[in-house]
Amino acid sequence: MNEDTPPATPPSRKPVSRRRALIGLSAVGGIGAATIGGFGFARGALTPEKLTPARFADRFEHVFGRHEGFRRNHAKGLSATGYFTSNGAGAEVSTASVFRAGTYPVTGRFSLSGGLPCAPDTASVVRGLGLQFDLPHDEQWRTAMVNIPVFLDSTPQNFVDRLVASKTDPETGEPDQKKIRAYLDDHPETVAAMKIVRQHPPASGFENTTYRGLNAFGFTNEDGQTTPVRWMLVPEEPDGPEKPPQEQTSEDYLFENLVRASSAPLQWRLILTLGQPEDPTNDATKPWPDERRTIDVGTVTINSVQTEAPGNARDINFDPLVLPDGITPLDDPLPAARSSVYARSFARRSRETHHPSKIDAEAVRRA
Amino acid sequence: MRSRATIQYALPSRILHWLMAAMVVVQLFIAAVMMASLAYYPLLLAIHKPLGIVILIFIVFRIGNLFLHRPPPAMSTMGPWERRFAKGSEILLYALLLIQPLIGWAMLSAAGGPLTIGPVQLPPIAPEQVGLFGLLRIFHSVAAYLLFLTFTAHLCAVLFHTVVLRDGLLSRMAPWTRRLTSGESDFTSSADSNPQPVTEGRGVSD
Repeated sequence: MNEDTPPATPPSRKPVSRRRALIGLSAVGGIGAATIGGFGFARGALTPEKLTPARFADRFEHVFGRHEGFRRNHAKGLSATGYFTSNGAGAEVSTASVFRAGTYPVTGRFSLSGGLPCAPDTASVVRGLGLQFDLPHDEQWRTAMVNIPVFLDSTPQNFVDRLVASKTDPETGEPDQKKIRAYLDDHPETVAAMKIVRQHPPASGFENTTYRGLNAFGFTNEDGQTTPVRWMLVPEEPDGPEKPPQEQTSEDYLFENLVRASSAPLQWRLILTLGQPEDPTNDATKPWPDERRTIDVGTVTINSVQTEAPGNARDINFDPLVLPDGITPLDDPLPAARSSVYARSFARRSRETHHPSKIDAEAVRRA
Repeated sequence: MRSRATIQYALPSRILHWLMAAMVVVQLFIAAVMMASLAYYPLLLAIHKPLGIVILIFIVFRIGNLFLHRPPPAMSTMGPWERRFAKGSEILLYALLLIQPLIGWAMLSAAGGPLTIGPVQLPPIAPEQVGLFGLLRIFHSVAAYLLFLTFTAHLCAVLFHTVVLRDGLLSRMAPWTRRLTSGESDFTSSADSNPQPVTEGRGVSD
């Protein structure tokens, strides 16, 4: 490194033979190539068929198109704020600070599944609620829940295969029924899950929907006992008429009704369902028996909804693995995959130009 | 006597170098697998973050160490351009190893999540702003590839000297202490290498 100092060694040296030089050069080239190749292999570049988080996000863009600045899934949404009043009952199963009696701020996002930020609202589209609980000592709990009683796919690969199979044909404007049937023939677990979903028709609006975490997580209490738990938010609002009359009047009727309903605080009870050792924790398509014990751990109150904007729920990645101490993932492959794909979607949309969201809460209130 | 390495880097420099090398190789590999894996992403990310902070601490020590222990003089088997190039790549490696963990830390700050890494709670070093996160996220990738390429170039250059020119360049950084012949001892004064002039040890011999 020091150019000023004289060479450390005298110049006389034994010449290197051509053969040795050639072998040496090949070794250098080989090791260099192996290093780059090894890195490329680790990065997934040499295995294009392998499902990576980036390729997962690509499939969403393939099916729904690329909509700059929006989430790759659950693109249409509305931000919300409120608080969680914990009654302390959850401490029986988990040491997580969120279950200590007290009030914790929450930021939420109501959404419809699918990658189209301007898709019309329909009753059958899966509804989502993402929540972030802000807890003491810089802890957070983030969860992204949906309104169906079980998940439709047992693995990330199945999810993406079903997504691609149900892509809308640009010629007919409808998904190809043959592809969907072929997928379902190979996936009895999805057929069974769909049957359960049909037995639970959706509520009339976002405000009276039950939202479920679906994936099971391990809750560990002070005695070190870990219980598998699934959670849900059960609305205090009663369900409305089966077929909402507003459905025909506006293509954003679900969100508009939510904005109007939020003029009064909206409340949900946070219910933990405790699994037994025989209950599946690695397959969100399988329901747990109805008689499983539940604990009511408190109330989520949403007292305001806002148009998606910088700094509100628009900019939160509802990563299901942001958990407080006392809650851990179990053997379900979905949360890890969701975490990785959400991170990829977040990285993409955060560097894109943001466009205004379809749902303008102020405009709805003025109307 | 031939044009082979006679003087080693100081022992603290060598220890820091190899610890750092191991951590950086592991970190680059973790980063690559993490970005390509649905199943191991959370686990690897949980290693990636604290390892990045450890690398940040080490690079600060290494920069401090540069002032305490000067590197030995360049070898005669390196021409003036190669020396300049080698020095440039070393500066680039130091800079990237300092900047990259800071970008990662700033990225997490801008994303607005908890900054608890292992048992340590870090303060945010950037404002919570999604556009800034997007920018830093790109920088983190660019710096990662640049770091990987600089590392590979460094590796290949050292190998070229060691297996093609056979000038024993690698032994300058060997973790063990190399013994020097009495004829070589006069070079020890120019750098703070081991002072005892003894017979040549296990340097690469033809």
